[in-house]
Amino acid sequence: MYLHEKIETLPRKELEALQLERFNKAVTAASRTPYYSKLYAENKIDISKIKTLEHIKDLPFTAKNDLRLSYPDGMVAVPQSEIVRIHASSGTTGKSTVIFHTMNDINNWADQVARAMYSAGARREDVFQNMMGYGLFTGGLGLHYGAERLGCMVIPSSTGNSLRQIQLLQDFKSTIIHITPSYALHLVEVIKEHGINPHDLSIKKAFFGAEPYSEATKEKLENLWGLDAYNMYGLSEMNGPGVAADCIYKGGMHIAEDYYIAEIIDPETGEQLPDGEEGELVLTHINREAMPIIRYRTRDRTRIVPEQCKCGKTHRRIERIKGRTDDLIIVGGVNVFPSQIESVLMNVPEVGNNYVIVLDRVDGLDRMHIQVELYSKLFQGDLKSLNKLNKEIVEKLRALIVINPRIEFMEPGSLPPSEGKAKRVIDKREI
Amino acid sequence: MPHQVSVFAENKPGKISRVTEVLSRNNINIRAITISDSGDYGIIKLLLDKPLEGNECLKNEGITSTLKDIVAIIIDDSPGGLHKAASLLSSSNINVEDAYGFTIREKNQAVFVFQVENVPLTEKLLKEAGFTIISDKELYYL
Repeated sequence: MYLHEKIETLPRKELEALQLERFNKAVTAASRTPYYSKLYAENKIDISKIKTLEHIKDLPFTAKNDLRLSYPDGMVAVPQSEIVRIHASSGTTGKSTVIFHTMNDINNWADQVARAMYSAGARREDVFQNMMGYGLFTGGLGLHYGAERLGCMVIPSSTGNSLRQIQLLQDFKSTIIHITPSYALHLVEVIKEHGINPHDLSIKKAFFGAEPYSEATKEKLENLWGLDAYNMYGLSEMNGPGVAADCIYKGGMHIAEDYYIAEIIDPETGEQLPDGEEGELVLTHINREAMPIIRYRTRDRTRIVPEQCKCGKTHRRIERIKGRTDDLIIVGGVNVFPSQIESVLMNVPEVGNNYVIVLDRVDGLDRMHIQVELYSKLFQGDLKSLNKLNKEIVEKLRALIVINPRIEFMEPGSLPPSEGKAKRVIDKREI
Repeated sequence: MPHQVSVFAENKPGKISRVTEVLSRNNINIRAITISDSGDYGIIKLLLDKPLEGNECLKNEGITSTLKDIVAIIIDDSPGGLHKAASLLSSSNINVEDAYGFTIREKNQAVFVFQVENVPLTEKLLKEAGFTIISDKELYYL
């Protein structure tokens, strides 16, 4: 049941004492970084006054934009020689949010993911096929290290190349897969097209990650594949996968509370909400040397489940994420803000500033298509220049947001105006 | 040189009738119509008896419309008639972006319209090869 029994079942009082000790260490380390030292000085914060976990609410929040402002290393708390790896959040290129790790951080993260996988029933006998992107994105390497730590045989097959994936699934009898739900929907169809019954494969369990999905999609995938799926939550700013994860009872995801302090706040007022109430999840990383982040606003909407879980872990649970408190959209595992798309369109004189982003799913794969108005005065009157313009916009968007949208030109005046609360995103995906 | 009226069209029902309604209301006659389609959107190309006026009327109704220079020639309505012109353009390395034509029954002739990048050069080449280039007026009152 438990990979780290002592820490996973630590009585709340002792767990909170451990959290306070680590919190003090994390805040002290943070206060020596360029970003937090300035922030705390400006807000006249005396960290020596932190005596209880309650005091956390006296500290300012950290937002994603603060990470961008402190790019590249304004929040780093150790000398560069101690850093062994960086990761960056998906979706943006260039000045994105970069997270640094020391060797201890990488080790702790591997432990954390191994523990989460173990709680879902993964064991050293398992063959783990990791069909997630490797690289700056944390999903692939995060579970790779966790599964290795657990002692599984890891197949780092990464994304795409469906035929090879199927061959690996068959030849090495993979028992656990890590995959995005959209790719899982696609791959199962390819498997069936090749005359293979997915239920005849050796797969028992799956972790779906990198994009939001509904319980209905999860159940559909479980039935199509003939497997048992577990939710895992994470974000690169807080390491990546393994922040919280389902145990075998699937009654919410246990937060690794020896690594994080979790709060739920009212996204409008910033006030803390009691356990059980829904709001925005705020996380403080209290077990990372290279980059302590204090009170990070995840923008993810959830609630803390107040009751104790049947599995006996004392670490509290969060419910599956119910949505965002901002307008972030996740397409094929890539994070995109509509404002990023808007900034590209605004620099193309031939089109207006009004746009609508339509998301749908074809054969299990996410598609983005953007409707944009033509600017009449620059209309050239031939298809060739329209197609050229179309290609140009697609290229610019691909360079910025990594995905390949389809651009649909519209008549001027046919889209809702950019002022006010126009609906910019139409999500037709069944998630 | 003659003009074609190019109208931007989203690919959805009612687009053509909206254009024809405006033209009919303003008493503008359509000599020829063709549509280039690119899936999500396309261009309706119109040869009108009063192209400048037609273009203005459409724009006033909020339709995205513009005038485009074209090359129009008369060819015999018989086999090989178009081939002569096409091979001339091809050997002169002139890329035809779009083309369409219509026949005039009474005269046993056909009109062919080319959309090219360099209109004056194309007209010159065709004229030198003996083709009859039609002017604005001739085209609309054939």
